[in-house]
Amino acid sequence: MKQNRLKQWSILLILLMIILIFVSLLSLCVGSAGIGLKNIPHILFSGQESAEHSILLGIRLPRIILGLSIGGALSLAGALLQGVFKNPLVEPYTLGISGGASLGVCLNILFKFYSKIGIIAYPLSGFLGASLVIFLVYSLNNKTNNIKSNRMLLTGVMISYVASSLVMLLMAISKSDDLQNIVLWIMGSLDEPNTVLIKMALFGSLAGLVISYFFCFDLNALLLGEDEAANLGVNTTRTKKYLFIIASFLTGLSVSVAGIIMFAGLIVPHFMRMIAGPDHRILLISSFLAGAAFLVLCDVIARVIISPLELPVGVITGIIGGIVFIWALSRKQVTL
Amino acid sequence: MSHVLTIENLSFKYHKKRVLTDISFSTDPGEFISIIGPNGSGKTTLIKLISKINKPEKGNIHIKGENIQTMSNKQLARHIAVVMQSVEPVAMSVEEYVLLGRLPFFKKYQFFETAKDMALAHKYMELTGILKLKDAPINEISGGERQLAAIARALTQQPLLLILDEPTSHLDITHQIKILELISSLKQELSLSILMVLHDLNLAAEYSDRLVLLGGENGKIYQTGTCEQVLSEKSIQEVYNTKVKIQKNPVSKRPCIFLVTQNALNPE
Repeated sequence: MKQNRLKQWSILLILLMIILIFVSLLSLCVGSAGIGLKNIPHILFSGQESAEHSILLGIRLPRIILGLSIGGALSLAGALLQGVFKNPLVEPYTLGISGGASLGVCLNILFKFYSKIGIIAYPLSGFLGASLVIFLVYSLNNKTNNIKSNRMLLTGVMISYVASSLVMLLMAISKSDDLQNIVLWIMGSLDEPNTVLIKMALFGSLAGLVISYFFCFDLNALLLGEDEAANLGVNTTRTKKYLFIIASFLTGLSVSVAGIIMFAGLIVPHFMRMIAGPDHRILLISSFLAGAAFLVLCDVIARVIISPLELPVGVITGIIGGIVFIWALSRKQVTL
Repeated sequence: MSHVLTIENLSFKYHKKRVLTDISFSTDPGEFISIIGPNGSGKTTLIKLISKINKPEKGNIHIKGENIQTMSNKQLARHIAVVMQSVEPVAMSVEEYVLLGRLPFFKKYQFFETAKDMALAHKYMELTGILKLKDAPINEISGGERQLAAIARALTQQPLLLILDEPTSHLDITHQIKILELISSLKQELSLSILMVLHDLNLAAEYSDRLVLLGGENGKIYQTGTCEQVLSEKSIQEVYNTKVKIQKNPVSKRPCIFLVTQNALNPE
């Protein structure tokens, strides 16, 4: 059984890696300037600063790296939250965490925290907004002992509304150049010129993946309920706190760099649960890889569908994710 | 020192309401103790205090002489295993579920179950008769089978003390008997100390070595002792406020409770 499972897990991981590489290559080739796959090595190693060279390394590669990081981070955050809340419809967006993060980032743009403490103000403000919301949602629902019910989702959706209304309020009272900054950022795009933020997203999301693996067994035990997990030796209060912090960190990072990308954290873990099973040892890494591939693919679609114009990638994930969400909600039995 | 579990002067308040007062008793290896008492008498609360889910207001709980408040949850889970009323219908397989019982024994950077873990899980799945279901998902087997899986999971923890919180309350009589017979056989085979919350007084009387009857004044213990000592018409009348007749079960010679209903007293 153990050998069997190891084999299954390895096959799944190899498959996901192949998909990820394929999607990344696709993203390198596709765009307003089509570049043939077989020309890529030549362009890269010819050493010349041709236009194609700078498109590949200066525009497309950073975009792919950002897509991988954000897609991985959001899916991982979704997988962690679904595990803690034991609800397969939970993700950063439906819980209002993304909304909280976006409010944080808006405040940062408006009050120009970034000019005081540097570029780190973006992920930091996103993280603070996100963690505020997650602890709010949890404490509002924990009192009623009803953590599993959809009441929590409703609370999250409401907080999401409040946050987006506050963002609009901030936009209404902001000066025009700030307004443009906010609007551009909120649209949700993987087009990020700042390489420091891209590096932060990459290393941040990888760090999130590594750290969350310290909790994979606790997450497995939590599937049985909090009391049962405590009986198996899990310090549930501490574990939940750390997982909330990790999820807020991943969400805050993603939102501050790429804006709101809806539902990316919902679909991927949901499907990975069906394919890989509920064991978080395989679920976390496979959600991360699949999420990375999913977002890069959505970005390719966003770039080609009305080419040469570009859609915000959040539009694509929103449409696909919304449909999947309704489908998942209408399924008779939704179990973890 | 030979006691597995020792409870001394334990008290607990919930929302300023006194639930348990001055609870003291102890259990020995190979002993089967049932906790009985009416609804709201604090049976489940007592279990939650022993498994460290709630913290006592006063008093001490010792496992093998060690105070549980000074132990980590993980250490405690190597000594105590708990089977609850029902198992969450998760999508994992029975085998994966039973293997979760080995979690308290995982070393810090251990990522896979060892051969020993697998062997223990198989041994106890076989003992509880669910080995043939090992690949079936928990959410697709029956409630009785799930309880058997929960017992297998608990045994995989290799505990000194096995706690069961009304493990049979959702089950039909076949599974009730099957599970209680199994637990009863375990106490000898593994010299386990067993602490079980039971609602059904007749089942408690059939299987327990001793009873702890909660429901005294202010959440005190009304009485502890053998089934014959605790189950009397007077004690049931006082604690449950219900009229019963008690006679010996002709087969087991243990006390057996008969209800005295209004219907029977005033036949039309």
